Amino acid sequence: MILIWMIGILLAGGILCWLAAQWFPVLAKWIALLTVIADMALACTFFVVYKTFPHSDNSWFIDYQVNWIPSLGISLHLALDGLSIVLLLLTFFLGILAVLCSWNEIKEKTGFYFFNLLWTLAGISGVFVAMDLFLFYFCWEIMLVPMYFLIIIWGDTNRRYAAYKFFIFTQAGSLFLLLAILALYFIHGQQTNNYTFDYFSLLKTVLEPTTEKWIMLGFLIAFVIKLPMIPFHNWLPDAHSEAPTAGSLILAGLLLKTGAYGILRFVLPMFPEAAASIAWWAMLLGVIGIVYGALLAFAQTDLKRLIAYTSVSHMGFVLVGIFSFNEIAMQGVVMQILTHGISTGALFVMAGMLKERLHTRDITKMGGLWTSMPAMGGVAILFTMASSGLPLLGNFIAEFFILLGTFNINTTLSVIASVGLVLSALYSLRMMQQVFMGQPATTTTVKDISARELIIMVALSISIVALGLYPQPVMDTVQHLSFTIHPLLHE
Amino acid sequence: MSSIHAHTVLIVASILFVLGLVGVLTRKNVIFILLSIEIMLNAAGLAFIAAGAKWQQPDGQVMFLFILSMAAAEVSVGLALVLQIHHQHKTLDVEQLKELKD
Amino acid sequence: MQQYLYLIPALPLAGFLALSLAGRRLSANLIAGIGAGSICITAVITILLGIQFLQSPPETGVWQQTLWQWFHISNLSVDISLRVDALSLAFIFIITFIGALIHIYSIAFMRHDRDYARFFASMNLFVCAMLILVMANNLVLLYLGWEGVGLCSYLLIGFWYETPANYKAANKAFVITRIGDTAMIIGLFLLFKELGTLNIADILHLAPEHFATSATGISLIALLLLAGGMGKSAQVPLHTWLPDAMAGPSPVSALIHAATMVTAGVYLIARMHTIFELSPLAMQVTAIIGAITLFTAGCSAMVQTDIKRILAYSTISQIGYMFLALGIGAWSAAIFHFFIHAFFKALLFLAAGAVIESLHHEHNIFKMGGLKNKMPVIYWTFVAGAAALAALPLVTAGFFSKDQILWYAWSAGNGHPVLWAVALCGAFITAFYSTRLIVVVFWGEMKTSISHLPPKTMTIPLIILAFFSITAGWIEWPHNLLHLSLFSEHIQHVLPATILQTHLHGEIFFQLIAAIITLTGIYTGYLLYHLQPEVILQWKQRSALVEIREFFFSGWKFDQLYNNIIVKPFQFITSTNKSDAFDKIYNGIASANLHLNQLFSISQNGSLRWYVVGVLIGILFIITLQLLL
Repeated sequence: MILIWMIGILLAGGILCWLAAQWFPVLAKWIALLTVIADMALACTFFVVYKTFPHSDNSWFIDYQVNWIPSLGISLHLALDGLSIVLLLLTFFLGILAVLCSWNEIKEKTGFYFFNLLWTLAGISGVFVAMDLFLFYFCWEIMLVPMYFLIIIWGDTNRRYAAYKFFIFTQAGSLFLLLAILALYFIHGQQTNNYTFDYFSLLKTVLEPTTEKWIMLGFLIAFVIKLPMIPFHNWLPDAHSEAPTAGSLILAGLLLKTGAYGILRFVLPMFPEAAASIAWWAMLLGVIGIVYGALLAFAQTDLKRLIAYTSVSHMGFVLVGIFSFNEIAMQGVVMQILTHGISTGALFVMAGMLKERLHTRDITKMGGLWTSMPAMGGVAILFTMASSGLPLLGNFIAEFFILLGTFNINTTLSVIASVGLVLSALYSLRMMQQVFMGQPATTTTVKDISARELIIMVALSISIVALGLYPQPVMDTVQHLSFTIHPLLHE
Repeated sequence: MSSIHAHTVLIVASILFVLGLVGVLTRKNVIFILLSIEIMLNAAGLAFIAAGAKWQQPDGQVMFLFILSMAAAEVSVGLALVLQIHHQHKTLDVEQLKELKD
Repeated sequence: MQQYLYLIPALPLAGFLALSLAGRRLSANLIAGIGAGSICITAVITILLGIQFLQSPPETGVWQQTLWQWFHISNLSVDISLRVDALSLAFIFIITFIGALIHIYSIAFMRHDRDYARFFASMNLFVCAMLILVMANNLVLLYLGWEGVGLCSYLLIGFWYETPANYKAANKAFVITRIGDTAMIIGLFLLFKELGTLNIADILHLAPEHFATSATGISLIALLLLAGGMGKSAQVPLHTWLPDAMAGPSPVSALIHAATMVTAGVYLIARMHTIFELSPLAMQVTAIIGAITLFTAGCSAMVQTDIKRILAYSTISQIGYMFLALGIGAWSAAIFHFFIHAFFKALLFLAAGAVIESLHHEHNIFKMGGLKNKMPVIYWTFVAGAAALAALPLVTAGFFSKDQILWYAWSAGNGHPVLWAVALCGAFITAFYSTRLIVVVFWGEMKTSISHLPPKTMTIPLIILAFFSITAGWIEWPHNLLHLSLFSEHIQHVLPATILQTHLHGEIFFQLIAAIITLTGIYTGYLLYHLQPEVILQWKQRSALVEIREFFFSGWKFDQLYNNIIVKPFQFITSTNKSDAFDKIYNGIASANLHLNQLFSISQNGSLRWYVVGVLIGILFIITLQLLL
């Protein structure tokens, strides 16, 4: 029931924002902030209680189910395990920051903006807890539509193109997902005469190898488009660079993670054999993504586009890690999901702050900003280094685990992926150099970080350092991954 | 009455229909096109009447009444549109009225 | 005492945190106090701990302190854990002691810089990272320190970030060392795959059981670790970043070249000596790379005109000696040379910094001159440093360490006459350019006016360093001269003793040859730059010599080579694909749709009569079909 509340708070908060803004536009952001903080508190409670929860084979911490449309076997089935808790924490953490960084940026239609923001968050948190495939698909779509509005209404100059591209790419993937879900539903129904969308029932479906493969591909394609995997990554740079700051933050920090989550939650446990059969190809595409994304990031001159391509590179690590079916790599994937959300989110927030001040995203028109913005420069160093995988920061732990785990499985691919470390240094330094070093490009004085921005940056910095120095709590929380998610792990 | 064959009536109806069609195709003025459409409707109505008479059923006449009322409605809407078109475009030439193309 | 180990890296870290978080609000005195104070206290603690360690060595030879568990999954368990043994103690001592002197020197040197706090913050972090590197008890923590020094060198080389040359040098340093680091981390993966642990003590313990001597696996691991060491220690072919790295302030160069960063590779190889001993191939490669490096860098140092560039190349060359020593199995000699080198190289850089500062930031040695009487303290300390660098027999510390390497280069188990000959050439070159420096910079006429003399806070560290540059060698004498070998006895708790080839005798002859070569080198320098400068002018007329000089001057054209075979193709590839080739595919699909749309929209021309004809044709078509079928 508490999970319904969790999503309900966001949905209600969104409507409230919209209504309140009709009369008091300022009220909308406060309502939005309080709503997300309330959910963050809830997620923290889950985390703390989960730590003391006796771990048995049944690692489902909360399991809640009521009928929704019983005639079709659809129920409101929400459940929570360690993986979901960690992802919910990330969702609400970045959610709070997203609200904070839109504080002054959004001046038009504030109410509708926060409505969309909160509903996207609701969709995302729904995705992380839904254990009914129909409900999952429902939430999967819910998070897209408000995101589309965020881009197309509050985006930058080229926002229409970006929003259409985003929508078409993800919808195309969703179509395959829907077909695959329906196919699974009918096959399971025919076998057991029990037509249901329930995750745990469908988990037990026995499938012919060929059918399994096709259904698996249907699921996978939706998830890898979201992830994104080369060659389905093209929506990402456009959507990220045109979206408003909070939009980019949520896209990079959370939306991409739903893809990874989907693979972890659905593809591997439901279709282990089929997943194993394509593992090599998936890893190859992941490695290509790492290298290709980094090469493209190096060439970009648009700051947000550059950061967007680094996401392509970093999410390649996720793909490699997932399909290496190795316990260490799997932990690395979860760490990468978290740390990439934080570090790339921070870079996008920073790009937003720079844009607010300089009214451009073109790094060739920046330069020498360290002099006028010493604090921002310091933070920028921290997060560019995080992005290039410097130890002490969380990203290193993630990439180290993934590469270490993969090395035992496929040495060649792991070595090629390690080249990504050099390339990541190249693009990170180039970004740092163009923006903060050199002679100041403008004579106008640029204000350093304000108190509100400082709060955002400090929160992000502390979390990335904490994850780098003491990642064990997270790793303990998702310990069960290796037991429940994948039977192949221990073969 | 019965001396007239249903066959003959249908031929008349066909001729009327073709006349109307030719009118629709050749006329440029919207009003004439509307008139031609009326002729085509009447041709259809005539065919219904003939068919109803042949099988001694009231359905044909019911349909004719239906067509009549529909034609009346259509003409009233159509003429209103024609008036608006004339008002806005100062022309009733269909060759020049291509706004709906895109 | 071992429960206080954490203080050693923690104090510089605290200094860094304080300065980076609150630095802009503090007064300059407070900044200097925190920045230099933290390192000085660390140095004192280190010395106290060191005395304790030497007086009552722990039974295992190791002090260890586990702070917390970093992470633990399946069979991988890594702690944040510090470990001190004889080897790391030597490194910690140098890092903190010389680091402290450099910090004290910087108080006055950087006084008027806008970013005083940022400077000390980065310096403190640098020392902290290096301390973590040498104190790590596992390779992951070592890698943390390893990358940490990379980051700090980046921050400090690019400290004056407004000048393009500086940030380019910083980027170059970071990227080239990152290449080595990547090789190293692959080595770590391989180690973990083979041995299932990353704990240093366990690795050293398990490796001989797990691997046969010169097995492929162990050679691969050793070579990968070596590549990491080559990146950080600026060995050919990954050395090109170091000459440019002098773009940073002089104290930074001193810190990079003497106490931190470049010695990391030496440390890594010494630390992992068991692995290298199992792979004769890797040992040979190390020795050969060391020999090549010491020679090529020495040649480049001979012809440079920028005082800091000369010193930079000399560092590369001296680290080459250390690699050579490591490669031939003269472990203790390598560490001893590191120990001595740290003193005189820090001294030379700091003194050079003082000279540059006094001469309106003039770097070119041929625009200096005549400083002997104007700046006597700087002159005499510089002479002490240069003499140590040149390895002037018996009176300088450099002689004792370098002579050991030269002797072992032939006589050690892995030694070879060719290696010895190259090292001897290097010794000649070193002596030559050391003399050149002294003569050109301090003798002759004044060419640039002196703006101000360095204050006491800058000269006192120089005097202390000069003292050690002369005397530090006396703790380790060649066996045939005096039986005093404190250093190697200390180090031999950790590193194996050097195995000598049995049939070789007459160490004294080797020493004499080395001494004569050194003195010849010094005399040649004196001859060419002081007695008969016209000889050089004559040489400058000869195109072949000028070309060779150009070749040496450009660092054997490594930069141009990399530029042509790596940098330019890379830039070409990335810039051609800037707009992402995959986008073309999707845009192609989109435009194909657009074309189809245009094709179909021809039929919708807005003409009512066309539509009616269309309807008519459709009806006729259907009716015809009906009739036909």
